Amino acid sequence: MLSRHADNLYWLARYVERAENTARLIEAATRLSAMPVAHRDGRNEWEMALDATGTTVAFKGAGNGEATQRSVIDFLAFSPDNPSSIRSCLDVARANARSVRTALTMDMWETINSGWLESKKVVPASLGRQQLSDHLSGIKEVSLRFDGSAYRTMLRNDAYYFLRLGTYMERADFTARILAVKADVLDPDRPSPGGGFDYYQWSWILRSVSALTSYHWVYRENLKPHLVAEFLILKEEMPRSLVSCYDNITRFLDALSRDYGRQGVSQRRARQILGRLQDADLAGVFRAGLADFLSDFVGENAGLGSAIAEQYLT
Amino acid sequence: MGPAAFDEMNGDGTLCRPAYGLIKSWLEQTAPEYLKRRQEEAEFLFRRVGITFAVYGDAEAEERIIPFDIVPRVLTSTEWGTLSKGLTQRVTALNRFLADVYGKGEIIRAGVIPEDLVWRNPSFRPEMIGVKLPSDIYVQIAGIDVIRTDDKDFYVLEDNARTPSGVSYMLENRDVMMRLFPDLFAEARIHPVENYPDELLATLRSLAPASAPGEPTVALLTPGSFNSAYYEHSFLADRLGIELVEGRDLFVKDAVVYMRTTEGPKRVDVIYRRIDDDFLDPLVFRPDSALGVPGLVSAYRAGNVTLANAIGTGVADDKAMYTYMPDIVRFYLGEEPILKNVPTWRCREPDSLKYVLDHLPELVVKEVQGSGGYGMLVGPKATRAQIDDFAAKLRADPDNFIAQPTLALSTSPTFVGEGIAPRHVDLRPFVLSGSDKVRIVPGGLTRVALKEGSLVVNSSQGGGTKDTWIVEDPA
Repeated sequence: MLSRHADNLYWLARYVERAENTARLIEAATRLSAMPVAHRDGRNEWEMALDATGTTVAFKGAGNGEATQRSVIDFLAFSPDNPSSIRSCLDVARANARSVRTALTMDMWETINSGWLESKKVVPASLGRQQLSDHLSGIKEVSLRFDGSAYRTMLRNDAYYFLRLGTYMERADFTARILAVKADVLDPDRPSPGGGFDYYQWSWILRSVSALTSYHWVYRENLKPHLVAEFLILKEEMPRSLVSCYDNITRFLDALSRDYGRQGVSQRRARQILGRLQDADLAGVFRAGLADFLSDFVGENAGLGSAIAEQYLT
Repeated sequence: MGPAAFDEMNGDGTLCRPAYGLIKSWLEQTAPEYLKRRQEEAEFLFRRVGITFAVYGDAEAEERIIPFDIVPRVLTSTEWGTLSKGLTQRVTALNRFLADVYGKGEIIRAGVIPEDLVWRNPSFRPEMIGVKLPSDIYVQIAGIDVIRTDDKDFYVLEDNARTPSGVSYMLENRDVMMRLFPDLFAEARIHPVENYPDELLATLRSLAPASAPGEPTVALLTPGSFNSAYYEHSFLADRLGIELVEGRDLFVKDAVVYMRTTEGPKRVDVIYRRIDDDFLDPLVFRPDSALGVPGLVSAYRAGNVTLANAIGTGVADDKAMYTYMPDIVRFYLGEEPILKNVPTWRCREPDSLKYVLDHLPELVVKEVQGSGGYGMLVGPKATRAQIDDFAAKLRADPDNFIAQPTLALSTSPTFVGEGIAPRHVDLRPFVLSGSDKVRIVPGGLTRVALKEGSLVVNSSQGGGTKDTWIVEDPA
């Protein structure tokens, strides 16, 4: 297929995934911010939400002042100045979808196009709690429908593989960033400030990736910080875990190399990253430092992104 | 505006023409509220599917939908038979003409066409002289605009021989009508148009260069998603199952065109291009254009790629050349033209100019190179000042204009607001010329002037479209 089309598909999937992740993040932060003041520590959840999306610098640069519920939701959901805001994500996704319409099925295009049209109608200034919640549900639904219609209607060919690669690359990045924001509270040796707040912080992490119930299914016990880390990094059965994302990334890169009859640097890199994740154990990760482990991962993931771009997308 | 126009449904009076029996009784039996609801549904479908076009210089309405009218326009098989014969004849002559003006120039030597009309035509491309094209086909895809003023004759209003658009609307209108009114289709027995993409692909493939290895690769070249017809480009690429490429996706090496793919360079043999000549190749035409492909013309001249339509076809579709079309048909085919020309004054001829200047309030005056309803004077609708302005332009550059009587375009019943009313229509059938034969699917794009009394059907001027039905003759 055309390199430009592959590039558009890859980024289309990334932006749809990013919009959904950001919507979940805002929901989780809203829930956390509804806690009584006594249950909080120093940093507010809105600063953490900015950190998790890697937009803190952009937020400050845009002169938004203090990170409050209002200003951060505006920035993360609607700001045209934030290229990763939900609105910007949908704009880019829709523009990309439009220029690769020939590679999308009708269901996929209609999902993106009508989701984009719907979200245009939302006026941030007049948004009440309920409307915001509806809006965020709508965004998640666009992403779920898009994902589902891709799964159910697309031919299994390179277009599908590039789309899926985008989804998993973005998902891995997001999971790692969310964990990195809270790396300190996940450390089992860290003195607990006690009370219920830890519980809510950990559940915040799981909620933001919609994994709270799954955690209980896997561990059959209360939230333990180190298990949250294990769950989201090393558990293959958790579809948002880093190892599961890389399992998929490797699979789709291999499918491409099989179809094209040759492999290159992205296949090798992905396999290396997957191998390291599969070999890792929780004790080792914490010994080396969770924060460092995660920031290394974010870097490697970005490096793989460049390798894919170089090999296929230009 | 003269006497009432011929109506496709009611003819000259109140008697329903046979082809319209079903439509008439449907309209009489259906409540306006129901029609209105369906009309809204149709618009919703167009909007959701994204069947939009961009209007240049209209930032507010970056993407608009073309208004769609739910009342189909109907022609009988007999009428269509005549029309399609006439279209085949006309397009065959157009292709012979282009091969001649870029070849031996016999029609000029025979004195049928004035030499300067060809050589000094801004659409004439000297780069094309002596270039040999597969089967001598220049206009693979033609959109011929026809109108009628009575139940006998069709007139050609314009030959679009460059990159005619609108065929996606022909296909989408049919789709939407079938979704909205399945019962009507069960009764009406309408000839299908759905095979157009197959016919187009067969046409393009039949004209692949001899040097193409094996199965030829066809691609559609678009200026990109900001172009007003982008929807159509992506729609067609999709239906044809070919790549939709932009200039930046292509490159030329050793006079062969390749596209950049995820598997490396891939040779392209036939390009259905929807970019104007001027923007095709910055090395030959406009150097400031980033839309095209450097070196494309060299590959073309080397015979390694087919362009559809060919470069330089504009010389056949300007309005000055139009006036010679009947002569062109006679010269190449030795036949009388089946489709008539609208009587036209060539302002370049002093007698005609004098007549036109004396009768401006009755005439429609058009720029020879104009399109889309721009740069024209509609005499009966113009103010004194507009007429005086135009007269000055005419005197300054008479070669640039032609004039025609204001024709009473036929009307067709159309759903407007709360009810049905007659509105003026034209029809653009699409004629495909391959190395083996000419193909025309039975139908075309009917455009309708939605404003009462208006004769301007262009979408850029607020016109709408209808589904076009070719039905069996009533027994």
